[in-house]
Amino acid sequence: MLEIRIHGRGGQGNVVASYLLALAAFESGKYAQAFPSFGAERRGAPVTAFVRLDDAPFRRRCQVREPDFLIVQDQALLHVPGVLSGLKEGGGILLNAKADSDGLQRQLGRKVVTVPATELALAILRKPVPNTALIAAFLALTELMPLSALNEALQKRFRGEVLARNWELAEAAAKGVPVGLWRERAHAASA
Amino acid sequence: MRQALEGSQAIAQAVALCRPGVVAAYPITPQTHIVENLAKLVADGKLKCELVSVESEHSAASVVLGAAAAGVRAYTASASQGILLMAEVLYNIAGLRVPVVLTCANRAVSAPLSIWNDHQDSMAVRDSGWIQLYCADNQQAVDTTIQAFRLAETLELPVMVCVDGFVLTHTLEPLDLPEQAQVDAFLPPYRFSRVLDPHHPLTLGTLVSPDDYTEVRYAHHRAMLRALDVIPEVDAAWQQITGRSTGGLIAVEGPEEARVGILTLGSVFGTLADARQLADAPVKLIHLRSFRPFPVAALQRACQGLTELIVLERAFSPGAGGIVGAEARAALMELEHPPRVHNFAVGLGGRDVPLEILERLLAATGSEPTRFAIFDVDLSRLPEEER
Repeated sequence: MLEIRIHGRGGQGNVVASYLLALAAFESGKYAQAFPSFGAERRGAPVTAFVRLDDAPFRRRCQVREPDFLIVQDQALLHVPGVLSGLKEGGGILLNAKADSDGLQRQLGRKVVTVPATELALAILRKPVPNTALIAAFLALTELMPLSALNEALQKRFRGEVLARNWELAEAAAKGVPVGLWRERAHAASA
Repeated sequence: MRQALEGSQAIAQAVALCRPGVVAAYPITPQTHIVENLAKLVADGKLKCELVSVESEHSAASVVLGAAAAGVRAYTASASQGILLMAEVLYNIAGLRVPVVLTCANRAVSAPLSIWNDHQDSMAVRDSGWIQLYCADNQQAVDTTIQAFRLAETLELPVMVCVDGFVLTHTLEPLDLPEQAQVDAFLPPYRFSRVLDPHHPLTLGTLVSPDDYTEVRYAHHRAMLRALDVIPEVDAAWQQITGRSTGGLIAVEGPEEARVGILTLGSVFGTLADARQLADAPVKLIHLRSFRPFPVAALQRACQGLTELIVLERAFSPGAGGIVGAEARAALMELEHPPRVHNFAVGLGGRDVPLEILERLLAATGSEPTRFAIFDVDLSRLPEEER
């Protein structure tokens, strides 16, 4: 089972990010579950969401305490207590940041990949909502499923121009990370 | 059709498939987006239904009471303080034997103020005379919602479908939504035997003197006990159409020869089921789907052969202890060899219930039975004098 924890701030589309990832997995035939950590959400407050993916059905509903991967929507969240806690040995952090990965990787002592998701979103969506870009980058890094699965998931939520721009954003973000870098780790966990 | 949906969305779709004529709800916290999704279906012209946004849960319950009594299928949803504010009307709906369906998106009750999940809200209206069915996952929430209308209308009793707030209502997961034709075949058009009709006037809710009050209460109790037969029948009829059973009164998993059992309600069941499989533990898991009526005979059957029964619940009665635990203990007293009952509350106000809980629960059965304890209390968070 592959477990992912997504950290963001209210308003960044954290919960939608978790739903998009689970939907994309479902569309490509996996069992998937996504849920927020149920805070009294308000704009700017730290928000957590969880995703589980597996080839076989599962029934647990507890929170993800030892994720295989973290997706962090805001670099400042790295300093919030608990954000990095429980990340499994060999697990990776996908971070929305302009800074390059190497410095952060040394600083945190963990595998880090950065993607400038907010800048990409501002350029393409004209809104600072990084979630589509991050999920696309995550799919490119892990090759858990083709990017087209995300397109199917986006179609469940968006239409018309919003859909088209989100898809453009997804393709741009997927090109911005090393494709398949986390493939082995991700596939071992989700099988 | 198999799809991945958020619990609230799936429940709204299930309600819509039942073709309600009136949905009344208070639209603000502690409401879930079940009603928001229904409003969207109405606005999009996909559901022909009168949607009444009211100023309080008390009014929401009053509107569905009136609508159902006037011959229209009616639905509402609420949780937490909303259920408490409805309490007066919930007793009226039940006492008047009006078939209404309500989703309780289970949440803790204030104070301390909490928006998170436990079962204190539905337990607070335990004695209101409503049927209460608990759902272990969102598939069960869908299937139970549809079954609830048929149950309510067959028995002329209201049904509360209890679905864990957030843990189910906000979780996206794969499930099967039935086809409209399947629901139409299962659920005949709404008919109420004492419908308010100006051409055939009658009065509902008059003063009942001591001459008749006891008999009316007796009839209500009888109808609730009759539900013990009808709940499994309705579940079986649904299974014929969809191939899916929700367990009727009680669902049991695990080896027949198990000596230890865990009785619980709601979504914790799934976590225990995964934990049992991972540890390959010889444990029988019992899901109490029907809490009202309380299925004494079915519980006795499920506990036959057990030496230890852990009752795990998400609410309690301060100063007394477990609510389900006390009822289970009373029911099992009649067995020749009743299991020892260990009663714990867990996951209050949204505290996460992890997989490891199974191991810790099983370890607890090694000692003398606990009459009642809050299993996951962390005393280090309290001042010393309150530990």
